[in-house]
Amino acid sequence: MKMNGARIMLECLKKEGVDTIFGYPGGTVINLYDELFNFKEIHHILPRHEQAGTHAADGYARATGRVGVALATSGPGATNTVTGIATAYMDSIPMVIITGQVPTPLIGNDAFQEVDIIGITRPCTKHSFLIRNVKDIALTMKKAFYIARSGRPGPVLVDFPKDVQMAMGEFHYPETVEIRGYKPTLTGHPRQIEKAVAMVLESRRPVLYVGGGAVLGGAAEPLTTLARTLSVPVTTTLMGLGAFPESDELSLGMLGMHGAYCANMAMTNSDMIIAVGARFDDRVTGKLSTFAPHAKIIHIDVDPTSIKKNVRVDLPIVGDVKDVLQKMLIQAEKSAEKVAAFTEGTASWHADIAGWKEKHPISYKQSSTIIKPQYVIQKLRELSDDDAIISTDVGQHQMWTAQFFKFNKPRTLLTSGGLGTMGFGLPAAMGAQAAFPNRQVITICGDGGVQMNIQEMATLVQNRLPVKIVILNNNFLGMVRQWQELFFDRRYSSTCMELPIDYIKLADAYGAKGFLATKPSEVESVITAGFREEGPVIMEFKIAREEKVLPMVPAGASLNEMVLNA
Amino acid sequence: MQHTISVIVENDFGVLSRVATLFSGRGFNIESLSVAPTNEEGLSRMTIVTQGDAQVLEQINKQLYKLIDVLKVLDFTDGSAIERELALIKVAAEDDARAEVLRIVDIFRAKIIDVTPKSYTIEATGNPLKIDAILELLRPLGLKELVRTGSVAIGRGAKGWNG
Repeated sequence: MKMNGARIMLECLKKEGVDTIFGYPGGTVINLYDELFNFKEIHHILPRHEQAGTHAADGYARATGRVGVALATSGPGATNTVTGIATAYMDSIPMVIITGQVPTPLIGNDAFQEVDIIGITRPCTKHSFLIRNVKDIALTMKKAFYIARSGRPGPVLVDFPKDVQMAMGEFHYPETVEIRGYKPTLTGHPRQIEKAVAMVLESRRPVLYVGGGAVLGGAAEPLTTLARTLSVPVTTTLMGLGAFPESDELSLGMLGMHGAYCANMAMTNSDMIIAVGARFDDRVTGKLSTFAPHAKIIHIDVDPTSIKKNVRVDLPIVGDVKDVLQKMLIQAEKSAEKVAAFTEGTASWHADIAGWKEKHPISYKQSSTIIKPQYVIQKLRELSDDDAIISTDVGQHQMWTAQFFKFNKPRTLLTSGGLGTMGFGLPAAMGAQAAFPNRQVITICGDGGVQMNIQEMATLVQNRLPVKIVILNNNFLGMVRQWQELFFDRRYSSTCMELPIDYIKLADAYGAKGFLATKPSEVESVITAGFREEGPVIMEFKIAREEKVLPMVPAGASLNEMVLNA
Repeated sequence: MQHTISVIVENDFGVLSRVATLFSGRGFNIESLSVAPTNEEGLSRMTIVTQGDAQVLEQINKQLYKLIDVLKVLDFTDGSAIERELALIKVAAEDDARAEVLRIVDIFRAKIIDVTPKSYTIEATGNPLKIDAILELLRPLGLKELVRTGSVAIGRGAKGWNG
């Protein structure tokens, strides 16, 4: 049966199991929208800005592990998706972004709403396609989804000209796809795995350093089992939070710039770092020349370019982290005697770590008069569901969430780690809530970032997405203010938000409910009331204005040179 | 250190720009670049001359492989390949200089491909060091224009790049 290109595109999405897309209409996607009008298998959510639509598709992908799909028109619609695409690219999130394009004969003519979106997004996509012919749609989409989700995942952009949407063609979806230049290595090399286990069992001060790859690769379970079997302490990056339960004795919490003292001390004193799906980001390593000076490093990653990019590696293993960890476990179980000797040999290491944990735990000074942001985070953890999904924006509240929320399950923290995108939290929560209508979804924001996509309140109300929006309001761009306080002599250049906003009225204006807490004694009741509401809610907390995120490794300092109190 | 890399790529829309974006975005250096289709349908070959230490080279290799359109990266740094470059050189040649140019052309087994009463245009082929050497000798006579293709390289021995 012949159908037009727009319809073929929707049939492709259906074949890929896409149930929800986030899109914004416009001149070059009007044909797609016309087909969507009666296409019941795909639920379309209309955000109020294409950037938010892309973040929502990203949040959907982070929460579910499936490919998120965003749709935008050509020109400004397409350029509005760029921040969303770059955010997903930096955190390796599987996404397909479909952009309308002017008709093929007009491409290159500076036509109305024409932009070279493939050129603009080339450095922040895993790959991109321009569909020039209706007969290429199905194969292109098959490739796009395959590339987005396999290997190290990432966003793939498909530029879809209007005349191709209108052209008639047959629809045949390919069963399989073969891309000769793209063969991700998924199985770890058996000899390397054997060597890795032997190296670990010879060490005395081992630590597992776990990144977002462990979450994306579905490796939480083998990771937890391996850590417990060998009794190796685990520290995670911001992106790795949830891959290993923070409630576990072996958890050191997050490492790096605002990481736990014990985690950074463990890295610095370790003789064996097992890096799992992590990329030795500068926020994690501190000064490279003094990073982990005594450690041998085993690096497991599906992306060979992550290995030896920033630090020397003694043993690289390229492969799917889940597969590699499972095989390491099998290998370790073969040598039970060595494992027993190894765990005995690490006793003094565990004692060191316990000492560091006790000496400088992640903490804050409670107040009876002013709301401390850390207290709000702790209360949120206490009062929220076990499987609640938390998204954040970027800044102080993000670090407090990472330090105090205590994540125990993978895919329960959605945060922009690599790009550090303000305005991510609210739309990402929207995407997660669309995927899981019955789970509690909370976005924790500052008063800066929440403004960047506040228009999505309308989308939440319209689509009955009951996201709970927590605003930690210090009327500052707090993280930059903190740097100005510590490193720029308190010159608060443009970081004070000046105009206070009435978020309760704002919630009301969008048809949502708003709650405000100004005293510590009101925190619990506001959270309880907010969680009780069936619809979307803003919970605003007026917090201590100049509270800092601590501890802190100043930029360029060594990991063990932490500012603990300032 | 200078390296010559051959990259076998899908002859797809935008592939040159993907490779160029990778080099510029990651701060890698391109000294020269040449691209043309190969004997295999749908494949092109790029020869890139670049600079960097072993670690940079390893990253360049891996990053190139990460591009979906890249099938194979051949690193020819260990002298395992033959390199050639073509140069078209327009040189001023009047009076005594005419004979001098011809002598130099002869020594380097180059060819004269265009002549005017005031100039010769020379076609020279060889490894890049040879091209540098002929230019060194011609430069004092007055170089009017120079076009170099950049290196192309092919592995030694009976085997092709894919066996």
